[in-house]
Amino acid sequence: MLDFPGAKAAFTSRMEFISPNAAEAVPCFRILDDLGRALDGSDIPEVDSSLAVKMYHTMVRLQTFDSIFYEAQRQGRISFYLTNIGEEALNVASAAALTKDDVVFPQYREHGVLMWRGFTLDEFANQCFSNEAGHGKGRQMPIHYGSEKLNYFTISSPIATQLPHAVGAAYGLKMDRKNACAVTYFGDGGSSEGDFHAACNFAAVLEAPVLFVCRNNGYAISTPACEQYKGDGIVVRGRGYGMTSIRVDGNDALAVFKAVSAARKLAVEQSKPVLIEAMTYRVGHHSTSDDSTKYRSGEEIAHWRSVRDPVLRFRRWLESNAWWSVEDEKELRGAARKEVISAMNQAEKKNKPPLSELFTDVYDTLPRNLLEQEATLRDTVSKNPPSLAPH
Amino acid sequence: MAAAGAALAPGIENRLLSPPNAGRIRCSSSAVPARGALVVRGAALSEESRKNRSSALKAVAVKGEAPNLTTAKSGHEILLFDALREGLEEEMARDPTVCVIGEDVGHYGGSYKVTKGLAEKFGDLRVLDTPICENSFTGMGIGAAMTGLRTVVEGMNMGFLLLAYNQISNNAGMLHYTSGGQFKIPIVIRGPGGVGKQLGAEHSQRLESYFQSVPGLQMVACSTPYNAKGLMKAAIRSDNPVILYEHVLLYNLKERIPDEEYVLCLEEAELVRPGKDVTILTYSRMRHFVLQAAKTLVERGYDPEIIDIRSLKPFDLFTIGNSIKKTHKVLIVEECMRTGGIGASLRAAIVDNFWDFLDGRPECLSSQDVPTPYAATLEDATVVQPAQIVVKVEQMCQGLV
Repeated sequence: MLDFPGAKAAFTSRMEFISPNAAEAVPCFRILDDLGRALDGSDIPEVDSSLAVKMYHTMVRLQTFDSIFYEAQRQGRISFYLTNIGEEALNVASAAALTKDDVVFPQYREHGVLMWRGFTLDEFANQCFSNEAGHGKGRQMPIHYGSEKLNYFTISSPIATQLPHAVGAAYGLKMDRKNACAVTYFGDGGSSEGDFHAACNFAAVLEAPVLFVCRNNGYAISTPACEQYKGDGIVVRGRGYGMTSIRVDGNDALAVFKAVSAARKLAVEQSKPVLIEAMTYRVGHHSTSDDSTKYRSGEEIAHWRSVRDPVLRFRRWLESNAWWSVEDEKELRGAARKEVISAMNQAEKKNKPPLSELFTDVYDTLPRNLLEQEATLRDTVSKNPPSLAPH
Repeated sequence: MAAAGAALAPGIENRLLSPPNAGRIRCSSSAVPARGALVVRGAALSEESRKNRSSALKAVAVKGEAPNLTTAKSGHEILLFDALREGLEEEMARDPTVCVIGEDVGHYGGSYKVTKGLAEKFGDLRVLDTPICENSFTGMGIGAAMTGLRTVVEGMNMGFLLLAYNQISNNAGMLHYTSGGQFKIPIVIRGPGGVGKQLGAEHSQRLESYFQSVPGLQMVACSTPYNAKGLMKAAIRSDNPVILYEHVLLYNLKERIPDEEYVLCLEEAELVRPGKDVTILTYSRMRHFVLQAAKTLVERGYDPEIIDIRSLKPFDLFTIGNSIKKTHKVLIVEECMRTGGIGASLRAAIVDNFWDFLDGRPECLSSQDVPTPYAATLEDATVVQPAQIVVKVEQMCQGLV
């Protein structure tokens, strides 16, 4: 054995380069087939009817909220929106495998995680309409949710900057020996950022209890995965950092639930990070600022929206257990639609945050320059038409 | 001449704490055993460290061993880097949530010895060595701060923190605001910066210039062992993200500082020398150049008032304004470049607030707008020298500018 400080390796007389990719891609773990039937030899995780139905309810509510609020943006009622369509199972099943003490550092396409934790439709709507009732006090763009109570950290737009935050949070959890881990989500595109590399490396070296959940949904706005990386996706990088990793079918709610549960156990009990690459598909456009038909075919989108819909797939499994019926579906869809529209209308009517909240929370208290700026602003506003008046 | 009363807002409350009578706060647990071999990375918090932390929570202020009353002077002499370390150590002993992260801060004790001995005392999790990635360990410090720790992030050289600009600006500076006040970021970002002795352009940055615009950040610059320790402690106790600027050439400055505990006010400037002819505003290394120039000026019969502004964001306009009201002339002496530096902003603030007190325009001596060259003669020419300060003050007092 050669004992360099950098590696302890056996020596070889044969010069052999390691090929860029293994003969076969890392296999993808799934439990249900595309029609929601358990595959032979599958080990179904412990998901009883009430948990399964709750998960399904959340997925449907998420889907409903997404479609109605997307339309609201098209109608000019909100300025921006982005959907989770195609990733509902990944959102909800991963959230269901965590506890409320696990701290979540999202990218921005994980509303389902927050919904699972108990963020109400009103709370979602208030943030999107940036009214005075929103937790963010109207300071962030729509869908940039945050809830201290639900351990869901306020979204910051730049990609992958939350990954090091998650490692920092895990560092704190490790010191306090808490029965909790940090969980962070990012996309295939986000895995290219420098912060991904550094966060993974830090987490492995530090032995921090953090789950890195990559939503590999095939596109980073218009950049397809084949132009984002040349290796076998993100899962293979785990070994590069000395980190446990797994590739899972992100559209299979049961597989996601099982993998995340196991990963969480490992992270908390052994204080180690885990990388989970969840394969999925971004059915919707990147956001309301994007028209994805410019870079992919309508047929491709339609295929994934219908035949490969993860929500429908899970529903079929529920139905096969006689936990769900056509009547239940009709009732839920109707109720969800009503609730979302009601939340939207209520949120739209509420006032925007008052001017007094323009300068607060920059610091813990207001420094002199901000007090001056507020006074100047109020003076300006008082001399202007009522539409600008503070309230 | 006198300005309307509104020109000066009510003074910033003086939060300077006078040293308490009791002795220093002490941990009641036993000492950490000496470490011989390199500690395995990733070790969980050692038993000793955890005992220290839980004891610190219950620590009671006791009359520690009284300073030797037979000595003529009280207090102890200390070098600036050690004063920083003392402040950091006291805060880590007092509050178990205080942690340090950075490159070589652990067993190496830090590139400038500011964290010397701390890993041995508090364990290698609370004084964490990181792989090289400034953006990432700054982000990590932010995440840890949002979840209950008080992190002190060390940039080996402030210039390297440019790699962490996004985390500092978009996250440390912003997340308290964008989260609607739900998450706070009580982080301290510190390290040596400024123009050194032939360290090359990348190691001679003045980051206060780049960061001063970021809302949500507080910035302070230390210049003496006394204010270094006091500002370190204050920065750690603050709930806002604070950048503490140290200067690479000031670490070996020696001064006698109090034995009793003291914490300075982050927003307060320091009146170094009262005077009536001209107000000289400065900070960090330039304070010492100004003092050097002042010796010459005093010999020549001038009476400068010297203020070390210390708080770079926000400015202590109360102290500054009272001085200008008295002297009617102001000179800023800074190490930042001419364009976009602290001086540029301070001039604007003075013009906005104290126009009526001024006899002439606010003057400013700054570094040249060039990357700092290596050759010693060139390097000296890019920063302000004491002789220039003397000339400028004389010109101002003689009405020649």
